[in-house]
Amino acid sequence: MRQTRSVELGTGLFVLLGMAALLFLTTQTTGSQAFSAAESYSVTARFENVGSLKDRAPVAMSGVTIGRVTAVEFDPQMLNAQVTFQIDSRFDQIPDDSDASILTAGLLGSQYIGLQAGGSDLYLEEGSEIQFTQSAIVIENLISKYLFNSGGDSE
Amino acid sequence: MLRDLWYALDDFLRTLGQLLIFFLRLVANSPSILFRRAGLVVKQVYNAGALSLVIIMVSGFFVGGVLGLQGFSILSKFNAEDSIGTFAAFSLLKELGPVVTALLFAGRAGTALASEIGLMKATDQLSAMEMMATNPLRRVLVPRFLGGVISMPMLAAVFSVIGLFGAHLVGVNLLGVDQGAFWQQIQTTLELKDVYEGIFKSVVFGVVASLLAVWEGYNAVPTAEGVSRATTRSVVNSAIAVLILDFIITARFI
Repeated sequence: MRQTRSVELGTGLFVLLGMAALLFLTTQTTGSQAFSAAESYSVTARFENVGSLKDRAPVAMSGVTIGRVTAVEFDPQMLNAQVTFQIDSRFDQIPDDSDASILTAGLLGSQYIGLQAGGSDLYLEEGSEIQFTQSAIVIENLISKYLFNSGGDSE
Repeated sequence: MLRDLWYALDDFLRTLGQLLIFFLRLVANSPSILFRRAGLVVKQVYNAGALSLVIIMVSGFFVGGVLGLQGFSILSKFNAEDSIGTFAAFSLLKELGPVVTALLFAGRAGTALASEIGLMKATDQLSAMEMMATNPLRRVLVPRFLGGVISMPMLAAVFSVIGLFGAHLVGVNLLGVDQGAFWQQIQTTLELKDVYEGIFKSVVFGVVASLLAVWEGYNAVPTAEGVSRATTRSVVNSAIAVLILDFIITARFI
């Protein structure tokens, strides 16, 4: 009887520890700023070039994550990329002339959308489109531009 | 020569077929044992899991510590010491956690299963059960198999967590990497998918290692030498199977 009790106790402790470890792995090691799309509104923006922007990339304002990219699609009519993203409903007073640019976190980091507030009295809402956008910086273009310019200067 | 090759292949295929049938019989009997004779399973979870906890925790801690040291020496060449957390977390959660745990599990719990069952067979205990109209598959094999399957993912998770703390201790407390950067880098790069990959792997490895241990024990030649051979084979086969499956699953997930 005593032995069964200690076996049950040991098993219980083991299972508890295992579950705690699993919980720790699933919640603490992955992006804890898990953005819930429960209360949010979606906004679109068109970019000439999205670089390597992917789904679930953060949308940040002043460096704080306020939303997530939900879709990156190519529009065959307009011949540019249409990016759809969700913004948390708490932030419903973003001027509708704000501009969106694709930025890179750190030198080799992943890309995200940075919003810069405008001065309009009207706010972004469900389905609105951001007019002012700035494409991702493509290193190759920068280099070729630089080479081209420097060649011109020396002549 | 060709005939030998054919016999070897024939033998291998038949073993594989028997193993599959054996596996299906274990699975078919699992639910009823799990719900009606839970006590048997709990005992085996204790044997396979709780008793393996010490070796898993000690190994996990030192594997994590080594990852911290090695990661630091490599990453500091690129001035990227802050990524030490990501390095350790990726290695532990996706590869080392499930694989090393499975190898240790095969060595610690798998051998115990194989030799126990082999000895039961050698001392005619299994035949005695059959005489008493008790199915040894249900009474002996299924609970041990289930115990291993249940324990393995938890052991792997414990291994990864302890390993992370080992890496944290070495990286942050010993080598002076910033604590905030350590966790923040882990959280920004690691996705839930990566964690699930590790858990999926550990479940598969748990099934394979337990299945092979029980199978080798059950098919042991009922002599002292046969039991020792079965024990050795259970470890060797589990290790090979785990490493091959690891390659396949990793290739699939990427």
